[in-house]
Amino acid sequence: MSLDYDYSSDFGERALVSLDQPKMRSAIKGAVEQQAVGRNAGLATLKDAPALREVAARIRDHNLSHLDGHLERLAETWEAAGGSVFFAADAAEARAYVLDVARSVDARTAVKSKSMVTEEIGLNRALSEAGVEPVETDLGQYIVQKAGEPPSHIVAPAIHKSKEDVAELFSTLAGRPLPNDAHELTDYARVLLRRHFLGAELGISGVNFGVADEGTLCLATNEGNGRMCTSMPRAHVAIMGMERVVWDFEQLAVLINLLARSNTGQKITQYTSLLHGPRRAGEPDGPEQSHLVILDNGRSNILGTRFHQALRCIRCGACLNVCPVFRQVGGYAYDPVYSGPIGAVITPLLKGTKEAGDLAHASTLCAACSEVCPVRIPLHDLLLYVRQEFARDGASGAERAAYRAWSHAWATPRRFALFVGAGRLLGWLARGRSLPKLPLPLLGRWTRGRRLPELPRGGGRRT
Amino acid sequence: MSRIKLFPTCLASLLFPRAADAARRVLERAGFEVSTPRAAVCCGQPAWNSGHVEEARRVARGALAALRGEETVVLCSGSCTTMVSHYWPQLFEGTEHEDDARSVAARAREFSSFVAEATRDGDLGELRSPRAVAVAYHDSCHMLRGLGVSGAPRALLGRVAGLEVRELDAQERCCGFGGTFSLRYPELSSEMADEKVDDIAAHGVDEVVGSDLGCLMQIRGRAEARDVAIPCRYIAEVLDEAMDGSR
Repeated sequence: MSLDYDYSSDFGERALVSLDQPKMRSAIKGAVEQQAVGRNAGLATLKDAPALREVAARIRDHNLSHLDGHLERLAETWEAAGGSVFFAADAAEARAYVLDVARSVDARTAVKSKSMVTEEIGLNRALSEAGVEPVETDLGQYIVQKAGEPPSHIVAPAIHKSKEDVAELFSTLAGRPLPNDAHELTDYARVLLRRHFLGAELGISGVNFGVADEGTLCLATNEGNGRMCTSMPRAHVAIMGMERVVWDFEQLAVLINLLARSNTGQKITQYTSLLHGPRRAGEPDGPEQSHLVILDNGRSNILGTRFHQALRCIRCGACLNVCPVFRQVGGYAYDPVYSGPIGAVITPLLKGTKEAGDLAHASTLCAACSEVCPVRIPLHDLLLYVRQEFARDGASGAERAAYRAWSHAWATPRRFALFVGAGRLLGWLARGRSLPKLPLPLLGRWTRGRRLPELPRGGGRRT
Repeated sequence: MSRIKLFPTCLASLLFPRAADAARRVLERAGFEVSTPRAAVCCGQPAWNSGHVEEARRVARGALAALRGEETVVLCSGSCTTMVSHYWPQLFEGTEHEDDARSVAARAREFSSFVAEATRDGDLGELRSPRAVAVAYHDSCHMLRGLGVSGAPRALLGRVAGLEVRELDAQERCCGFGGTFSLRYPELSSEMADEKVDDIAAHGVDEVVGSDLGCLMQIRGRAEARDVAIPCRYIAEVLDEAMDGSR
């Protein structure tokens, strides 16, 4: 399904591919609605959700304005706990480091806890090419991996699939028909995954929050797979976007209180793990090596700019779930890694607005995203600012010329009166009928789906 | 008598002059002296929302000059009011018009919220709908989330005898217009409108009332293309007609 999407084309083309897939669209609509309802109920269990969100926003701004100090402290405390730290400037450096670790433990299999940052750096492909089989262990992520697809939602990777789709996929894998039942399908995956957990030499995870002053990494999962990935294999590598750091447990508590609530409405995820380096003498479990990769990959370019609030993001997915565009087209119409409103902001910032800035137009600027963001990122304003960058370096010459011409035409009341006059003439010609379909390239597509308004009899602009 | 300036907005001036005329009559009935400056053409939002700042400024400059002064500026659109009150100060920041832009921004008011606050029950005379109708009020996104206004238009409609206001299921969801969004992605925009049209149709209302002509054009245009009849009216037209009904 994802193979139909051409990532060298633009959002508009990919949106059309999505619109053509009714089954996928109905799965997405059902799921995002359920999550959005859950989110509202989840926040309602807080005494004063708006105040807590305000505090969360301030915490994140504090983290970002002291990012260097926070990261330095995290590296120090993580190393003191017996772990290793690597600062990766870009995706290639991060991949190379993970491969080095994989070699050091002769890894043939790497079990992975769901992590969007590993999608961002294309880690699975690099592992496969190096002869290490990456096995996704989050059920949703396992489903899309088996289907040969990227995740379509930053929190719920298989949101575009129905239970029937999964039954079909797993039946093919199993070579026998599996019932259309969530428990049975989960059991099927569970047995297979258990084997991988026991055999893998390397475990890979993302990081929800790095707690700087504590040398602790926080991982929020719902299936316990994250705990297995980070404790069973000989080596664990955690990969963290450099902005995902907080100072202490007090700050962590505020954000954890909002993270799962903003997504599914849960008060807290089923498993909220706090990792503190490798296994110590006398401990029964835990990895021998604990590596922390702190990834920049374009993030530091956002710091201190008018886009810096985008780095507050804690990846809860609430903005995707309420977005009227996402619900129609799903994640694949955006960039295959970060989708929805937050993806439409950060993808162009990470990849370049010239290349990916058109994503910022994938919004009506309705601001439903900004309204639900737990850390109060003004997403609709940031989308607007990305559009400004795109207008300068990515928009077509035709678009620029059209806006220039329009701006001159409407710059004075006298020129505008010509348009009103033209409308009056057309209105007289049409005599109350609506305008015929226009054979113009842009308006043609527009008028195909909607009837134009009747032109006012006697023309416009009275009062 | 206090004076106000009415900014019809480009969409009303071009396609829906009756909406602006109705707004003027309602404001006059409320006791205001209304002027409509010719040079107030467009707030520049089409270009601004597409990221073309220079072009937005070129267009908005005319309106800005026309709206200088002390008077309250009433706009026939929640969306354009958001543009003027939230974004004009940014648009003109660092230019010679910066102070004027701030001044207009502070004086800009969306029609229905202005009327709801400036008048009390009875100030517009007896308001009676000439026929008993059930209407749905459509919240436009900029009005709802940009200005935080949802109660005022409903309160105004509530003053009209013979009118029943029904709430939609997905009341707060965008209709998919988004200005140039609907031109850029017409098919996607239509799918979004379809959900709104279905929601409206399921509630059996006689018409949809709104505060943004863009949304109303989108909803009605899409409904007609699907042969669903959903009459749409700008809120001032409903009030104006209800004033007539009581005359």
